[in-house]
Amino acid sequence: MAQALEIIQKQQEAEEWEEPYLVNMGPQHPATHGVLRIFLELDGEYIVHCDPRIGYLHRGIEKLSETFTYSQGIVLTDRLDYIASAANNVGYCLAVEKLMGLEVPRRAQIIRVIVAEMARIASHLLWLATHALDIGAMTVFLYCFRDREWLLNIYEEICGARLTHTYPVIGGVRLDFTQHIIDELYRFTEEFPNRIPEYETLIDVNRIWLKRTKGVGVISGEEAVNLGLTGPSLRGSGVRYDLRKNCPYLIYDELDFDMAVEYEGDVYARYRVRMKEMREANKIIRQCLDKLAECEGEPVIAEDAPGLFMPFGKLKKPQASPHPKRGYLIKGVEVPVVPEGEVYVATEVPKGELGFYIVSDGSGHPWRMRIRAPSFVHISAIPALCKGQMVADIIAVIGSVDIVLGECDR
Amino acid sequence: MDVQGMYQAANHFLLKYLGISLFKSLVIVVVALLHVAYATYAERKIIGRMQQRIGPNRVGPRGLLQPIADVLKLLGKEDITPSCVDSRAVFMVAPFISLVAGATSLAVLPIWENFVVTNVNASLLVVLAMSSLSSFGVILAGWASNSRYAFLGGLRAGAQVVSYEIAMALSLVGVMMLAGSMNLVEIVKAQIASPFKIYAIPQIIGFFVFMIAAVAETNRTPFDLPEAETELVAGYFVEYSAMRFALFYLAEYFGMIVMSILAVVCYLGGWYGPFEIPGIPFFWFLVKVYFLIFFYIWIRATLPRYRYDQLMGLGWKVLIPLALLNIVITGFIKILF
Repeated sequence: MAQALEIIQKQQEAEEWEEPYLVNMGPQHPATHGVLRIFLELDGEYIVHCDPRIGYLHRGIEKLSETFTYSQGIVLTDRLDYIASAANNVGYCLAVEKLMGLEVPRRAQIIRVIVAEMARIASHLLWLATHALDIGAMTVFLYCFRDREWLLNIYEEICGARLTHTYPVIGGVRLDFTQHIIDELYRFTEEFPNRIPEYETLIDVNRIWLKRTKGVGVISGEEAVNLGLTGPSLRGSGVRYDLRKNCPYLIYDELDFDMAVEYEGDVYARYRVRMKEMREANKIIRQCLDKLAECEGEPVIAEDAPGLFMPFGKLKKPQASPHPKRGYLIKGVEVPVVPEGEVYVATEVPKGELGFYIVSDGSGHPWRMRIRAPSFVHISAIPALCKGQMVADIIAVIGSVDIVLGECDR
Repeated sequence: MDVQGMYQAANHFLLKYLGISLFKSLVIVVVALLHVAYATYAERKIIGRMQQRIGPNRVGPRGLLQPIADVLKLLGKEDITPSCVDSRAVFMVAPFISLVAGATSLAVLPIWENFVVTNVNASLLVVLAMSSLSSFGVILAGWASNSRYAFLGGLRAGAQVVSYEIAMALSLVGVMMLAGSMNLVEIVKAQIASPFKIYAIPQIIGFFVFMIAAVAETNRTPFDLPEAETELVAGYFVEYSAMRFALFYLAEYFGMIVMSILAVVCYLGGWYGPFEIPGIPFFWFLVKVYFLIFFYIWIRATLPRYRYDQLMGLGWKVLIPLALLNIVITGFIKILF
């Protein structure tokens, strides 16, 4: 990479430099993982400059949430990172619960961890599939989808939806697990660790794969922190930062799992981190299932959890409520108080740190919701990762930082 | 000589020489086209099985009519020429150059001792020349499309051909030295007469180099850089549609079949087999060719794609020195035995 940069600089100094070859990659391109558009300035096959353009999937989720009640807002979070929507739901619910001061029953917390970790595996599987496909390993793609399909089927049984779950709700989760789901999850956690070596034999011991990923898109830990990378992309550079460990939420502090860290900071290191995370997520699900058996029959949703209906208008002052707990009574519907104030809750989703910053004015819907989307930050890091690399590397780099445009554009 | 006599002589000549040649070419072209069609089917089915899916199974029993349906569909599509192509004529002709060059090699490849369309003296050179010409069509297509992706694909194809053509030709030098001939029929005959019966054993390095170079020559995974799906979308034929698009595919599969036949003829003993199959003298030839085609498909399901500079590095730094080493070793073998 350094060599390439030198060559380019020399060429620029010597006057043989002519105008760069511009390539517009995307927004309709098989390897940009959605509708990312990248302007490339090329010198032969080397990238002189690359400039990501976003906004092709903008649906105004942040603005839209201001017109939705807190409970309805969960549906919007499904559409952020649609590959791992359960993880987004959990993050959003945690933020709203912190704002409302709700206590979530233990069983619901365990179930939330399970669905969030399932989302992590599902997301990493899809990431591995597309990343491998980008580099040209076609078979891994379908192997990964086979296992992702299994997870999606479990999701379907849990909540009826395969992609946009809306399973966690404010105050808990929508439904309890049935025995069949628990059995199926046990079966999955038994079988899944055997599947990971299957992918690894296809790509990890492959010289071409190693050549394509080692030493490509290198970023040091310091740079990564400066660019705001989070999640596996940051841990691939040797920074020990995982919200599940550093500031545990839900029941993560009770669980025994390792933080996956690699030190090289290249595409291959990020790949290793995610492979390890899949194993750890599997371990977490297994522990949670055991914990779930301890609190059999307990409620999965808080008693004072708000319903779907909340007043849209701003409330002036609390009225007397027949319910002993806090709550409004508006047209016969009991509505809990959402105190005025602001809250920021960040969770570790598969892509990185997903933060919800909510400002409440006391009404039933957020006055402002701001989402800190890891994909947005990661896309902004792509130029730094790609400079001086080749066209083929940009594909590997985009794959390795794991972006989802639904989350980036919001 | 009167007119009648001239007419008779010409007629005699046509019947005896040209007629047979035409008939042979027709047989070869039809059989090869069928093979190409069903190579696509086999590829989809085999890769499907390797990837735990079924593959085509809708058209006809077990999807056997799928290739025919594909061709009909492609024939019925609109042939679009982008308004800003560099040269309309070149754009139109490029796929034909690829296809014709790929198919012409079949004229000199021996299927069996007594079945070669034209048995020319330096038939090995004809095959090499035609396979280089085939990439010429690819480069022209990339250039004429006046599209950025196609241009990059064309450039890659050009660079790839230069580096791998040399390695392939050098690897075949060993075979020429051992056989003492450039005629493919003679090469097979010399091979059968040699102690190992096939040249793949004494020419193991050459065979290795040839197989890799052949994959690169036909632009297949892991060397499918000119058409790298995820980087250049489709590379050189990104602007093509309908039958012209299909012609590039045909050319690729023709190339695959030609390279498989060349490998069988030069390294695996041609039609020679461990025992005779009565009635089908080219049975072993077909078995070997099918196995090599399967090998190509197998590689495609297994390996990721090389990067452009790595591909060049492999070609120039590994394959060409290996091929040269092979020539030296072959020379010593020739002297010693």
